[in-house]
Amino acid sequence: MDKIPDNRAWWLVLPVFLLVAFSALIPLMTVVNYSVQDIFGPGQAYYVGTEWFKEVLTDERLQASLIRQFAFSGAVLLIQIPLGIGVALMMPKSGIKGSLCLILVAIPLLIPWNVVGTIWQIFARGDIGLFGWAINEIGIDYNYTGDTVDAWLTVLLMDVWHWTPLVALLCYSGLRAIPEAFYQAAEIDRASKWAVFRYIQLPRLKSVLIIAVLLRFMDSFMIYIEPFVLTGGGPGSSTTFLSQTLTTMAIGQFDLGRAAAFSLIYFLIVLLISWLFFTAITHADKEK
Amino acid sequence: MRQTGFKNIGIVVYILLLLTPVYWLLNMSFKTNREILGGLTLWPQNFTFDNYAVIFTDPSWYNGYLNSMAYVSINVVITLLVALPAAYAFSRYKFLGDKHLFFWLLSNRMAPPAVFLLPFFQLYSSIGLFDTHIAVALAHCLFNVPLAVWILEGFMKGVPREYDEMAYIDGYSFPRFFIKVFLPMIRSGIGVTAFFAFMFSWVELLLARTLTSVDAQPIGAIMTRTIGASGIDWGVLAAAGVLTIIPGLLVIWFVRNHVTKGFALGRV
Repeated sequence: MDKIPDNRAWWLVLPVFLLVAFSALIPLMTVVNYSVQDIFGPGQAYYVGTEWFKEVLTDERLQASLIRQFAFSGAVLLIQIPLGIGVALMMPKSGIKGSLCLILVAIPLLIPWNVVGTIWQIFARGDIGLFGWAINEIGIDYNYTGDTVDAWLTVLLMDVWHWTPLVALLCYSGLRAIPEAFYQAAEIDRASKWAVFRYIQLPRLKSVLIIAVLLRFMDSFMIYIEPFVLTGGGPGSSTTFLSQTLTTMAIGQFDLGRAAAFSLIYFLIVLLISWLFFTAITHADKEK
Repeated sequence: MRQTGFKNIGIVVYILLLLTPVYWLLNMSFKTNREILGGLTLWPQNFTFDNYAVIFTDPSWYNGYLNSMAYVSINVVITLLVALPAAYAFSRYKFLGDKHLFFWLLSNRMAPPAVFLLPFFQLYSSIGLFDTHIAVALAHCLFNVPLAVWILEGFMKGVPREYDEMAYIDGYSFPRFFIKVFLPMIRSGIGVTAFFAFMFSWVELLLARTLTSVDAQPIGAIMTRTIGASGIDWGVLAAAGVLTIIPGLLVIWFVRNHVTKGFALGRV
């Protein structure tokens, strides 16, 4: 649809602009302000320029946390996107069964994040949790509070459980939008199941898959409450991701300058990667 | 035929795996702590409502639910009020800086809440809103408003502009057209947007916990109270968890027919 050029439309956008400016711009400016100062107390602040940024970028604890974060987000995308597509393909197309499936699949998304942590904290315990108990019963030594690998896998499994439904529902809505005529044409051509998926369904899922990848990347990159409740970031700091490192720094140690510099770098990384991904996709589109 | 059989089995297995952890929570909420810690039982042997009774009779518990409901409702109302006109502007008009503005809005959806934790705390403390429902509701606008504009814009694009033009020819003013003609046409979009605003505000805890201390404390923060000197009160913790899932289930039932389009942000 062609849009009409009309600058008076700004009046309609103004409320949103003011609200978001209030709740995003002011806090962001505060962060920028902190990041270039060393603050000892009220009225005792010194301008330190880019000192904090240099310190943050060379801080080994933060680098380790950043690497963990990338590994986690990468694993999340690699597992959840294919699994989500698979689930969407299996869901019934319509009717009461379709609605019921939809709601059941959506359940993990409706649970407060701290409760998600609590559910898995209980479920994965060796003594009172079904999952932990079953794993131990079949002879595998499993203890997510003591073992680094177990803790990591449990956090990953929890996230797969929690967020694959989002990918599945996105893909499901994409699949429902494919006209029936496409499938009929494929049938006349005697196309195989794989060909139907590869040449009809997958291309048509592209726009929802872009959204799914972006959302899953962004949200997994800012994960905090769930692993915090489940493992508390441990054992050691094996499941301490960026948000938790930042929160500890800002609220726990009240290390304002360093936390602010870290915040800005953190935010920029998310923006940069999302932008790169988006540009790469749209660019590839144009070349076709 | 065989294909459909496999598919059905696959989806049933997936849903069963999905629901097992939730069942385990439900199962525990009907057990006594003695039974929970005594050994693994697949269903409650001594079925009890005691854990729920604790929550429903203690104001410091059920106030947590009321607080959460309060700020979530305020958030949904604010989000819809500001996002509806903005989404209309984005879907119909080209204006100075529209693309930049849209991307800037979305960039706030990308901002890790942890980044805003401290400044929010100081901002709301300095204007005397700390520990109020409105503070949490405003803070949650940070990610809900961009999302709402995004979803609504997708739905509004689906309404042909001829409707707008026809209404003006019939002598409708803009506000009257918008409320009487346009909004009823995107009812389902509004419902789905409200659902998403509800959902993301309901599940968020980091900001909600930081901006409150007593009067507006969300249920998620109160749940940590079950960890006492004598260990964790697992039964009550499980019951409190089960009760946080119910509102979401009720709300999704109302929008079930349109929710898939919402999950695709109105983009299919």
